[in-house]
Amino acid sequence: MSLDVLQLGLTKGEIESVRQGLGREPNEVEWSIIDAEWSEHSSYKSSKALLRLFPTKGKRVVLGPGYDAGVVDVGNGYVVTLHIESHNHPSAVDPYGGASTGIGGVLRDILSMGTRPVALVDILRFGRIDKSAHARWLFRNVVRGIADYGNCVGVPTVAGDIEFDESFERNCLVDVACVGLGRKSDLILGEAKTPGDVLVLIGGSTGRDGIRGATFASKNLSNKAEEDRSSVQVPDPFMKKLLIDSLIEAVGTKLIRGMKDLGGGGLSTALSEIASNGGTGVDVDLGHVRCREGDMSPTEIMISESQERMLLVLSPGGAEPILSILRKYDVPYSAIGRVTGDGNLTLKWKGKVVARLPAQLVVKAPLIPWPSKKPSAQEPRARRPLPTPDVGRSIISLLASPNITSKRWVYRQYDHEVGVRTVIKPGQADAALLRLPNGSLLAVKGDGNSAHSSLDPYNGAAGCVAEACRNVVSVGAEPIALVDHLQFGDPSDPEVYWSFGESIRGMADYCAAVELPVVGGKVSFYNEDSSTKLAIKPSPIALVVGLVRDEKHLVSMGFESEGDSVIVIGETRAELGGSEYHRLLGSLDRGVVPRPSPYTDGVLYKAVVDLIRSGAAKAVHDCAKGGLAVALAEMAVAGGRGARIDLRKVPGSEGRPAGILFSESHGRFVLATGDPKGASRLLSERGIAHAPVGEVKGEALRLDAGSKPMTVLDVTALKRSYEGSIGRLMD
Amino acid sequence: MRVAVVRFPGSNCDLDAVAAMRSIAGLSPELVWHESDKLGRYDAVVLPGGFSFGDYLRAGSIAARSPAMSTIRRMADRGTPILGVCNGFQILVEAGLLPGALLRNSSLKFVCDWVNLRVDSPRTPFTLLAQEGQVLRMPIAHGEGRYYAADDEMRALERGRRIVFRYSDEYGKAVAGSNPTGASRNVAGISNEQGNVVGLMPHPERACDPLFSPSGSVDGRLIFASLLEGAT
Repeated sequence: MSLDVLQLGLTKGEIESVRQGLGREPNEVEWSIIDAEWSEHSSYKSSKALLRLFPTKGKRVVLGPGYDAGVVDVGNGYVVTLHIESHNHPSAVDPYGGASTGIGGVLRDILSMGTRPVALVDILRFGRIDKSAHARWLFRNVVRGIADYGNCVGVPTVAGDIEFDESFERNCLVDVACVGLGRKSDLILGEAKTPGDVLVLIGGSTGRDGIRGATFASKNLSNKAEEDRSSVQVPDPFMKKLLIDSLIEAVGTKLIRGMKDLGGGGLSTALSEIASNGGTGVDVDLGHVRCREGDMSPTEIMISESQERMLLVLSPGGAEPILSILRKYDVPYSAIGRVTGDGNLTLKWKGKVVARLPAQLVVKAPLIPWPSKKPSAQEPRARRPLPTPDVGRSIISLLASPNITSKRWVYRQYDHEVGVRTVIKPGQADAALLRLPNGSLLAVKGDGNSAHSSLDPYNGAAGCVAEACRNVVSVGAEPIALVDHLQFGDPSDPEVYWSFGESIRGMADYCAAVELPVVGGKVSFYNEDSSTKLAIKPSPIALVVGLVRDEKHLVSMGFESEGDSVIVIGETRAELGGSEYHRLLGSLDRGVVPRPSPYTDGVLYKAVVDLIRSGAAKAVHDCAKGGLAVALAEMAVAGGRGARIDLRKVPGSEGRPAGILFSESHGRFVLATGDPKGASRLLSERGIAHAPVGEVKGEALRLDAGSKPMTVLDVTALKRSYEGSIGRLMD
Repeated sequence: MRVAVVRFPGSNCDLDAVAAMRSIAGLSPELVWHESDKLGRYDAVVLPGGFSFGDYLRAGSIAARSPAMSTIRRMADRGTPILGVCNGFQILVEAGLLPGALLRNSSLKFVCDWVNLRVDSPRTPFTLLAQEGQVLRMPIAHGEGRYYAADDEMRALERGRRIVFRYSDEYGKAVAGSNPTGASRNVAGISNEQGNVVGLMPHPERACDPLFSPSGSVDGRLIFASLLEGAT
């Protein structure tokens, strides 16, 4: 069979490298296995070298990148596992199925570590829903897909982040992160260490859905992408729920020796990785794989990405108790082979060996050092004066704009309560807060800012870590770990690859400075439409988890008590580049992007957490999209009270009122406190810029610049524009 | 008092229901697998929320035909208190232990939110400790919870004072704006004729600990504490 017929995604160089490594011509089955495992999706061949820049060590890190999920010690024998996945390409052609199976995949990663999935976080990017029916179609069905799958498996969706921008019109981004919870002593790794052990494939049957899904995800979307719907897997949340319940029960027996989920690359990836991680080989009879269709070929069985499947490694003597648990839950299973000591992936079909490849060769795709070039558009542009619209009207417009407005329309469709762990629910504060069994609380939030990243990928990426940190700090949590997701266009475009490298450097430098370990992540390239040549804006995402020691000091983000002092912490600089204010003015392509201050942010975060612990903080909210103006308005809406604020008192180098209000400078929080002296003393002692700017007062947000009144906005008017605008566009 | 929390494949709120009842001294909740033959020995039964058997076909329809339901039907006839929450309510309706049907929400969307609930019948074993007209706060989380009954059935429910809970505003007025799913006459929960079988869409087990309640409400405890009150 000629190579053309196989429709491989391998390059000429890679094909040569396979031939050399193997010392012979692979057959069809072998080519397909290597094609799946050497896809960008499975191999990280374009990103691995740069990803090494991330700091991955820390006192709480049990396992860092390279496993199905990162593992963080949260004390008293408990661990939290973290992983993030995207399902961008499938969701672009089948938003409902793509989003559902995206959740399915990340749940399996958490489960395969031996931990129970306890929370989901979705980070979504779409085109302009206020302009495009296609964007609304994708948005509506992605949310419905997440809801139907997540709700059915009984894992609450507790937080998220949503952005709308033209660049995501054809290539929406659907990122799902999952938090798992378990005991450190119950952790299971994706490895087969002991020759003679049995390989058992459990869960869904193997069908023709999702054939070459990893390869599909590793190229640009074409205008024929609709024909690729068969590359999207079919979701079955009920089977996933049975897998979760049966495997959690099975983990308790401590008889599972290794576990691996079947995701991108299907059996090809799972078998080769479980063998190479364990330093062993595997001998598998494909005739024992339960197939949905009777006439599937060995190649199809190996590269199918059918959902809801897991691979278990069991000792011959320890298999029965596990199998009896699977029978109780009606989870189908079959023993498909054994672990060997020869280092080979050996596959049999109808009594004959149809593939024999060294596992190490399969998992070690050659890395690609793509050329990188700084785009000319990154050079600063000449300034032209911006229009100066009415401040009050700008605030009202920003509150109603899709990127800022309340996301209640979305999170009301997600069960965010199941499991009864969710202390802070969506919309209540800057991050979700979950109670852990050891009495402490886990904060979680994911963030990104494609407008900042497209103008300045280094500071944009560092900034998204900073924003996620601020969000968990705002609920009183000390940031303890991060998983990242880096989403870009075609890496063979030197400008795309340059922005990818800058993003990694930005994140890595920031994480190192604030001592935040990266425990896992994901890279997604080829988010580009080949017919229009339109690539997405660079979209690095940071998901940060933090710990609150106990439930004694929980803060809100609302202005609630008349007379409380309002303090702005951190400096406001002239950094309107990529701001939502510029989006409003139609000038997103210019200006200085906010630059985080990694070397002082660590001290800042500690101080805010201490303020909350000391009881001095009644309400805390960070400044992010929409700047100080939106932060103040959101606090007024959340607590139902207004405030009187003097903008002249806001600390920082920005002097223009529009800059003070709408600059998205990092490192800022707004605090409402009944003890301004105590709060101020603590902040001064740590050398943190801050100033009292006014007080909680009345039924309106009143902004003055010294003695000059700027605007007065009724809380009811703020509330009206903040709430319901997505519903008005969608229903 | 021993309470069986029946676990079907796909149950989601089973552990939450056990944890909630465990926090009430005197109740001993236990998880009981749906195929267990020991179900008949318990003093009360809770059918928890979730997506039993994936809610394939129709919500609750497959669980309603499981062997556990024959036992539960006999227990219901004997007067054993039986509570169906969310998917448990759907199962009781599908099994014919409660009348009517639970249709897709009028918004055609899943709705997760905290709501107000007025107690219209304090006579059931799950509302003994409530005052008539008392307003409780609890969350709902479902896609198919719009209660519907044919006119004659609805008249029988009203006449028999078997509408146990209605969605209301915070003052106890059952108005259209306080009806999150478009349920007929704001019905959120009903009982059988005897009053010992109760189904409701809201989740009392999620409203038993102030840490998890936006308003600090622990109104869910009233439902489970009533069960204990009736037994003593």
